[in-house]
Amino acid sequence: MNFDFSDDQKQLRDQARKFLAEKCSPKAVRVVLDGKAPYDKELWKGLAEMGFLGVAIPEEFGGAGAGHLELCVIAEEMGRANAPVPFSSTVYLAGEALLIAGSDAQKKKWLPAIASGEAIGTLALFEGKGNPSPKNIKLTAANGVLNGVKKPVADGAIADFAVVAARTGSSGRDSDIALFLVDLKAAGVEVKSLTNLDPTRGQAEISFKDCKAEPLGAAGEGWSTLSQMLDRAAVLCAFEQVGGSDRALEMGRDYALDRIAFGRQIGSFQAVKHMLADMYVSATLARSNSYYGAWALSTNAAELPEAAAAARISATQAFQHCAKNNIQVHGGMGFTWEFDCHMYYRRANAMALGLGSLTYWEDQLIDRMRKKNAA
Amino acid sequence: MNFDDTPQEAEFRATARAWIGANAPKQYEDELRKSSLGRTVLKNANILEVAKAWQKKKADAGWACLHWPKEYGGRGSSPIERVIWQQEEGPFGQLSRMFIIGHGMCGPTMMAFAREEHKRTYLPPLASGEKVWCQLFSEPAGGSDVAGLRTRAEKDGDDWIINGQKIWTSGAHYSDFGILLTRTDPTVPKHKGLTMFFLDMKSPGVEVRPIKQASGASDFNEVYFTNVRIPDHQRLGEVGDGWNVSLTTLMNERSAIGAAVSTGFPELFEYCSSLMLDDGPAIEDRAVRSKLANWAVKASGLKYTSMRAISALSKGERPGPENSIGKLVAGSMIQDVATYALDLQGASGVVSGEDAELAGRFQAMLLRAPGTRVEGGTDEIMRNIIAERVLGLPGDIRVDKDMPFNKIPTKGRG
Repeated sequence: MNFDFSDDQKQLRDQARKFLAEKCSPKAVRVVLDGKAPYDKELWKGLAEMGFLGVAIPEEFGGAGAGHLELCVIAEEMGRANAPVPFSSTVYLAGEALLIAGSDAQKKKWLPAIASGEAIGTLALFEGKGNPSPKNIKLTAANGVLNGVKKPVADGAIADFAVVAARTGSSGRDSDIALFLVDLKAAGVEVKSLTNLDPTRGQAEISFKDCKAEPLGAAGEGWSTLSQMLDRAAVLCAFEQVGGSDRALEMGRDYALDRIAFGRQIGSFQAVKHMLADMYVSATLARSNSYYGAWALSTNAAELPEAAAAARISATQAFQHCAKNNIQVHGGMGFTWEFDCHMYYRRANAMALGLGSLTYWEDQLIDRMRKKNAA
Repeated sequence: MNFDDTPQEAEFRATARAWIGANAPKQYEDELRKSSLGRTVLKNANILEVAKAWQKKKADAGWACLHWPKEYGGRGSSPIERVIWQQEEGPFGQLSRMFIIGHGMCGPTMMAFAREEHKRTYLPPLASGEKVWCQLFSEPAGGSDVAGLRTRAEKDGDDWIINGQKIWTSGAHYSDFGILLTRTDPTVPKHKGLTMFFLDMKSPGVEVRPIKQASGASDFNEVYFTNVRIPDHQRLGEVGDGWNVSLTTLMNERSAIGAAVSTGFPELFEYCSSLMLDDGPAIEDRAVRSKLANWAVKASGLKYTSMRAISALSKGERPGPENSIGKLVAGSMIQDVATYALDLQGASGVVSGEDAELAGRFQAMLLRAPGTRVEGGTDEIMRNIIAERVLGLPGDIRVDKDMPFNKIPTKGRG
C-alpha cells in the first residue's frame, strides 16, 4: 500500500512552500486585506511562471500536464500561505469545468490563458441565500441570451470570464440547468464588488442583462457537470483548508512556546496543551480524509462523490476549529488586527461557505453513503 | 498514491487468506462479526476455550505472534505483514483479545530483559496461547502516575518478598504468569527505586479478586500480594531500573497499527438506515443526518489515518506517535454514538440486555465505552503525548520528581 504522495510530489510541495514563503508573506497578504489591491498580481504572475496554475492542465492546452495529485499538493500550500489570489475560482472551478465539459475550441481558448495567468475565471452559481440546488437557479437562458443576477460570485470583480449556471426550462428536472461561458467584458454584464468576511478573496454581484453566452457542455447536462465540478473543487479546497489548519496550529504552538505567564510558558499549561492537541487531531483527520479525496480525484474513482463530501466536511471543521482556537491561544493579542490570526479565521469561515454550507455537504455525504450501502 | 499491495505483500496476503479460509473456526464468524464494543460473547461456547484453540492452531502452523522471532514461537514477519494478517483475520482477530497484553507487552519485555533460558521456556507457550500473561503495573494510588506505585519487594537471600496490591489488571483471573513492577527502594525519587519481575500467578500469597465493572462484566482484577516469593533470576533488568524496563512495556502498549478501532459508527449507520421515527425514516431526518455525517468523517478520518500509517510501514518507515489519536477519538465517539442511539429509541432505550432493541447492542456499548477512555492511558494522557511528542510543548510540571518517594505527600486537602 502506498497511500501517500510520491517523493516527486513532496518535492513539488517543498518547492511551492518555499516559493510562497518568499512571495506571499503575511505582509504581502495584508496589502490585499487592507484594500490596497484587489489581488496580488505579482504573486499571480509568479505562480504562472512556476507552472502552478496549469499543473493539472494537459500539455496540449498549455499546462504542465502533471495531474490532480500535484494540484492537491499546491492547493495545500496556497491555503497555508493564505494566498490572496483567485486560484480556487480560476483553477478548481473554471479550469475544471472546461476540462470536464469544454469543447476543443473552448479548451484551446481558455486553458492556455489560465495556465499562463492571463485569464482569471470563476463560477457564477449562487443567487442569494441557499445551497447548490437546481431549484435555486433562477437566471434564465433563452437562445443563448442570459438574464438574471448572481451573488455572491467569488473573485467576480477581477475575473475575465465566468461559467454561469442558468435555467433553460421549467420541467422541474435537473436537465433544466445548463452551463454557459461568458466573457465578463461583454455587453450586458454589470459587476459590483461586495464587502465580505475575507477581503483577501473578493466577492461580487454580477448582473446579466440580455447578455450573449456560449453553451459549455451538452444541453441538459449542466447540473451533472456542476455536481462533478463541486466534488472536484471540494477535494482541492479541502487541501487548502488542511494547509490553513496546519498553519493556524503552528502559529498557536509557536505562541504557546514563546509567551510566558504565571512564570511559565503558557504551552506548559494542560488546558492550552490539550487545546492544541485537539487542533492537531482535527487537522490530522482532515488530512487523512483529504488524501482519500485526492486518491479518488486522481483516479476518477466511483468513490469520488462520497470521498469529496467527507473531505469537505472534515477539512471545513478542522480549519474552523484550528483558526478559532489559534486566536484563543493568543489571547487578547489574537484578536488584534496587527496579529495574523484573524486572516486565517476569516479565510476559514469564508471557505466554509464557498461551495455550499456544511449542511449541504452533510446531506450529500449521507445520500452517497446510502446509495453505496444499497448497491 | 494507491491502495495496492506490493507483489510480496500480495503473495503474503494470498497465503494468509488461504490458510485462514481453511482453518478459522467459521461456526463463530457470524457472532464475532456482529459483536461490538462490550458485547463479544459466544452463545454456545466458552470464548476462552475457543480463543485458545484458535491461537494453538495458528501457532502450530506458524501464524502466531507474527512479529516475534521464530525461536520464541513467532514468525519473524515484517510490521506490514502483521497488518495484512490482521486485515485478513478479520472478526476472528477478536478471539486474540485475551492474549493482547501477553503478546503485545509482556512478551516484548521478556525478550528485552529476561535470561535466554527463560525466554526459550516461557515465550513459546505464551505465543501459542497455552499460557496467558498479565501485566501488574497499576495501583489504587497511581493510575496514570504509574511510578507512584507502593507494592514493595524486599531481598531475602536469593529471593524477593513481595507485599502490596495491584488494580485494573486485565485478565489476571485467567492468567498463568505476570510481569510485576515493584518498589525496592523508597528512599530515592520515585522513578529510581523500582524493579521489575515476572512471576507465576499461582505462587502462594497471590490472590486475584475480579472487579465488577459499571457494565456488569469483570475484565479487570485487583491482585493482592502477601509475602509472595520470587527468585532473583526472575528479575527483569537491574535492581532500581524498573522504570526503564516498564517504558519498554508501555511503548509496546500502543495498540497495533491496522487493527480496526471500534467507533460504533457502522452500527449506528446501519441502525439509522432502517429505523422509523415518528415523522418517518431516521435516515431522512435532518438532525439525524447531520449527526451521522459528523461521525462518518471522524470514522473515515481514523480509517485513512491508519492507512497512512500502514503505508509508512510498507515503505519500511516507522509510524510516529501521531498515530495515537485512534483511541482518543474513538473513545469518546463510541460513548456519544451509543448515547445517541439510545436517544433515538426514546423511553424504551432504558431497557437493556436481550429484551432491548437489537438485543441491547447499544446499551452494552454505552456501559463499556467509558473504559476505553481510561484504559491504556486516559484521554488526558493521550493529549499530553500528542502535545509533548508531536507538537513539542513542555512536559507537565512534576513536583515530586526529585523528592525521595517516602517524603511524597499521599493525601490531598492536607
